[in-house]
Amino acid sequence: MNIQTKFHGEKEINTDEIIKFSSGIPGFLDAKEFIVLPIEGTDLYVLQSIRSQQVAFIITDPFLIFPQYEFDLTQEAIEALEIQSENEVATFVILTVKEPFQETTANLQAPVIINLNGKLGKQIILTNTSYTIRHRIVTLEKEVAK
Amino acid sequence: MLVLTRKTKESIIIEDDIEITVLSIEGDQVKLGINAPKNFDIYRKEIYLSIQQENNSALNIETNILQNLGTFLQKKNK
Repeated sequence: MNIQTKFHGEKEINTDEIIKFSSGIPGFLDAKEFIVLPIEGTDLYVLQSIRSQQVAFIITDPFLIFPQYEFDLTQEAIEALEIQSENEVATFVILTVKEPFQETTANLQAPVIINLNGKLGKQIILTNTSYTIRHRIVTLEKEVAK
Repeated sequence: MLVLTRKTKESIIIEDDIEITVLSIEGDQVKLGINAPKNFDIYRKEIYLSIQQENNSALNIETNILQNLGTFLQKKNK
């Protein structure tokens, strides 16, 4: 099928690649289907809503910018995403891109978890964590190490 | 808004399967216990609102600065 994307124009996608976010994303509860599109030549991806062209988040692998990042998935999240093994789990964080880029922040408090096999996704909100919604990606490692 | 008065250890039931119990009251702090099916996400409101707001901010990106950001990040990681 063809979809309208925010950053890649009109794009033909395979319906097998659609990831279901059954509880939506906070602020965009109607957007329940997304696709992950790589941004060529970068470590960035777009989490693009299938139905809403403008709903497209820039996401990245948090471990690339912060290798020590860690959290426990709750049993509720594991069940909601039907996760059988950790090998099928992909973790992303949403970036709030600013210019200059030094101001860009990563939301480490609410990572996006995707079950790659089941094609299920959810933005989970961590509680009892020292991570916040805005970690500067440039000084990230120093800040969290404190 | 529906207003109900409850004492410690008393509960309210929403539909058949959500139960909210007042566990303790100390000064202006109330400790609530919530039993709900696992498909209900329950958050402190201010945290949920901050995530909502940050998601909204994250959508405000110009297409042309994306590529620059990618290049910038890759240099940094090397």
